[in-house]
Amino acid sequence: MSVTGIGAAVRRKEDHRFITGQGRYTDDVNRPGQAHAYFLRSPHAHAKIKSIDTKAAAGMPGVLGIFTGADLAIDKIGGLICGWMIHNKDGSPMRAGPHPALAQGKVRYVGDHVAVVVAETLAQAKDAAEAIAVDYQELPAVVDTAKAAGAKTVVHDEAPDNTVFNWHLGDKDATEKAFKAAKHVTKLDLVNNRLVPNAMEPRAAVGDYDAGDGVFTLYTTSQNPHVARLVLSAFIGIAPENKLRVIAPDVGGGFGSKIFIYAEETVCVWAAKKVGRPVKWTADRTEAFLSDAHGRDHVTHAELATDAEGKILAMRVHTTANLGAYLSTFSSSVPTYLYAPLLSGQYDIPAIYCEVDAVYTNTAPVDAYRGAGRPEATFVVERLIEVTARQLGKDPAKFRMLNYIKKFPHQTPVIMMYDTGNYGASMKKALEMIDYKGLGKRKRDSSRASKLRGIGFSSYIEACGIAPSAAVGSLGAGVGLWESAEVRVNPVGTVEVLTGSHSHGQGHETTFAQLVSDRLGIPIDNVSIIHGDTDKVQMGMGTYGSRSGAVGMSAIFKALDKVIAKGKKVAAHVLEADEADIDFADGHFTVKGTDRKLDFGSCALQAYVAHKFNGQELEPGLKEGAFYDPTNFTFPAGVHICEVEIDPDTGVTRIDRWAAVDDFGNVINPMIVEGQVHGGIAQGVGQALLEGARYNADGQLVTASFMDYTMPRADDLPSFEVGMTVTPCPSNPLGIKGCGEAGAIASPPAVINAITDALGHEDIAMPATPQAVWRAAQKSISRLAAE
Amino acid sequence: MATVSLTVNGKAVTANIDPRTLLVQFLRENLRLTGTHVGCDTSQCGACLVHLDGKAVKSCTTLAVAVDGASVTTIEGLAADGALHPMQEAFREHHGLQCGFCTPGMIMSAVDMVNRRGHQLDEKTIREDLDGNICRCTGYHNIVKAIAAGAEAMGKGTAPVRQAAE
Repeated sequence: MSVTGIGAAVRRKEDHRFITGQGRYTDDVNRPGQAHAYFLRSPHAHAKIKSIDTKAAAGMPGVLGIFTGADLAIDKIGGLICGWMIHNKDGSPMRAGPHPALAQGKVRYVGDHVAVVVAETLAQAKDAAEAIAVDYQELPAVVDTAKAAGAKTVVHDEAPDNTVFNWHLGDKDATEKAFKAAKHVTKLDLVNNRLVPNAMEPRAAVGDYDAGDGVFTLYTTSQNPHVARLVLSAFIGIAPENKLRVIAPDVGGGFGSKIFIYAEETVCVWAAKKVGRPVKWTADRTEAFLSDAHGRDHVTHAELATDAEGKILAMRVHTTANLGAYLSTFSSSVPTYLYAPLLSGQYDIPAIYCEVDAVYTNTAPVDAYRGAGRPEATFVVERLIEVTARQLGKDPAKFRMLNYIKKFPHQTPVIMMYDTGNYGASMKKALEMIDYKGLGKRKRDSSRASKLRGIGFSSYIEACGIAPSAAVGSLGAGVGLWESAEVRVNPVGTVEVLTGSHSHGQGHETTFAQLVSDRLGIPIDNVSIIHGDTDKVQMGMGTYGSRSGAVGMSAIFKALDKVIAKGKKVAAHVLEADEADIDFADGHFTVKGTDRKLDFGSCALQAYVAHKFNGQELEPGLKEGAFYDPTNFTFPAGVHICEVEIDPDTGVTRIDRWAAVDDFGNVINPMIVEGQVHGGIAQGVGQALLEGARYNADGQLVTASFMDYTMPRADDLPSFEVGMTVTPCPSNPLGIKGCGEAGAIASPPAVINAITDALGHEDIAMPATPQAVWRAAQKSISRLAAE
Repeated sequence: MATVSLTVNGKAVTANIDPRTLLVQFLRENLRLTGTHVGCDTSQCGACLVHLDGKAVKSCTTLAVAVDGASVTTIEGLAADGALHPMQEAFREHHGLQCGFCTPGMIMSAVDMVNRRGHQLDEKTIREDLDGNICRCTGYHNIVKAIAAGAEAMGKGTAPVRQAAE
């Protein structure tokens, strides 16, 4: 392994600009003549708009334009779309209402977009927005996930009972039969709490219009600028793709929330032409809370059936998923195909049946948030497993190992074909790292200090690199899920790689360059990774679902194969040898059995000067592209163990230790991979202990700032012990499985399993705040006293 | 309009501004020093943290006119003569950043922490003292390590010793 190649903990190439304040985020972009947009948002969760009077506001200082949904309609600007079609149990399509970028006739959640004011300064835009008179007829709001279906209040006429779809997966009859034969059945009611993604960089957009060429440019905080261009062009109708450039420069975290195509970006780029000036908008944090797509929000009843020996026979799950007031870009896929196919976890479960009812409510749209469906599935599986082990009086680690899948490939009853894994190895390593043998003593020590100590396990699996495209298409996806790459070799042998993946913290400029450096045998500083601009990169599907390594890098790998193959042709001419006799290794083309060789840079120069070959027989230049469509999902898996100590007097849960063992397949940069695990765990711990988006009965978001919504801070978290096991992924050339979401998927059940172990009962929901834990601990104490 | 005069990263600046201009807006929009970020508007996240006369303040809730005459250091002014500040170097070395958005505030906060609490900072001290800075990417694990190493390096006046990230 070279110091910069595959497997090395190379320090990040992109860091210099970030640590010196030279990062270039969307809000740092300033276009000449730029004006500022401010969105007037609905203060009501549900209301009819009887009228909007903008006359007074339009005459205020600095105002350049005020636009409403009516203006969008006149310009035939289409609504925002949901790109994944789900079908009901009876085969009928899901029931989706329209989603205009600016409200047309009705507002459906607090923060819904009523009008936009474009003015010389942001302050002037805000002042003018206050002078817009909107006559609302307030309507009752439906907020509660569990009570939305069939409520009197209807969010969209297209879904008269507020149900978007009733969907199911699995074999109902086989599952029912297995439950009838079961020796033991575990039943759990679970709530997966609603979260706000809260990337530290708020969403932002700068729309620009070049009247000379008729070209729109949108700078935006996107994880997938090409997908944004596709949707803005083909569905919303801003401009044809060749007249629309989307640039996602440095993006300050995404976690899913910046996948989607939102109202504000759409309106900014459209309004730039209307006012003839570049238009900039940056969300403040409360706007982000109100209008970024939220995550999770499931209400679930789940049951697990086991036989007399503790072998799992079957699982059945009913989930109600809150999709909010409108269907966001990929929202329908999250509680369906990203959820139910993961319910087999790491376990050999002969029969599974899952029903999902998706509902509309008067709340912000809900869509993918780090893990997207897989954390929700893992929470169901790992809570069921833990509680079953407890009810059967079995050690939770041994109970898991008894039921682990041990032979691969393994076909689950819910679509997935697991290709490879070694779940027992991860468990064994994690048990050593956490010092499971010493748990008894630690529990006694805690008890002597009047504290409650508990341990919680989570054996998670996720499906990443969602593909092949034909398969996801058959499940309802409106897009293919391949990735593209182009490797441009310059005449001096330096390399630019254009990738359709997008980095917003993942460090692609380093890891992708490691791959190129390793394969071409050139210094890593000679490699530049270019992403995030539809005028530079021809096409791409972006970064989410832990797909950049498994899919994005595989596309680069394929393009590098072609570069090397072309280089061999050039080298054969230069070295006057047969192409079949040319080898390439360590940055040199060599002739088999001789000492004749040509270094990569010289080969590049020869390719461009084209003096040594006939340009009609061999094209000059050295530039190759590839599209890579995977043959299967990848299946990262691992074991996380959390140990907590609870102070029953204050209800404060302290995470004392954390052991994570993950199998991500082959690893390009272990430093970056571990960083991804740390961050994922922190988000999962946030969900388990601290975070929860709360709407009151009127549909007002009462957690709409960092003063009300508890973000994990440094002193809420411990340092983490992170280990790895490796079973290379067989379905891509690099053997990579993906690592971006694992921590967030694994950690919530690990924390709750630890807390319930400490408490001695299962009666606690997420977030397990000090108040909730204190109440639960009083119950534990009174139980102990009664005994 | 109001006149404000500041020394920013060692350079004197004077400008006529709307009196409601926040210090962070003045830095980002008037001076185009975009390394200082706005993450929350309510003094919670610390992305906007700068040094005002040598002490950490959150520039998103400070009016520019209220600090007339002060000396301001931003992330752009931390590196001296082209060499990275030891705390910047420590963040890079220990992978204390991912998306980079909270990073300028984290680094400025860390330097202030060292100024207040010295060069030997244990994990507990760092975690408690970092209460005013939020990061969504790193889980703080490597930020804590970076600050400990950066603090030590500041004491020695040298860059931190390169070591494998754990």
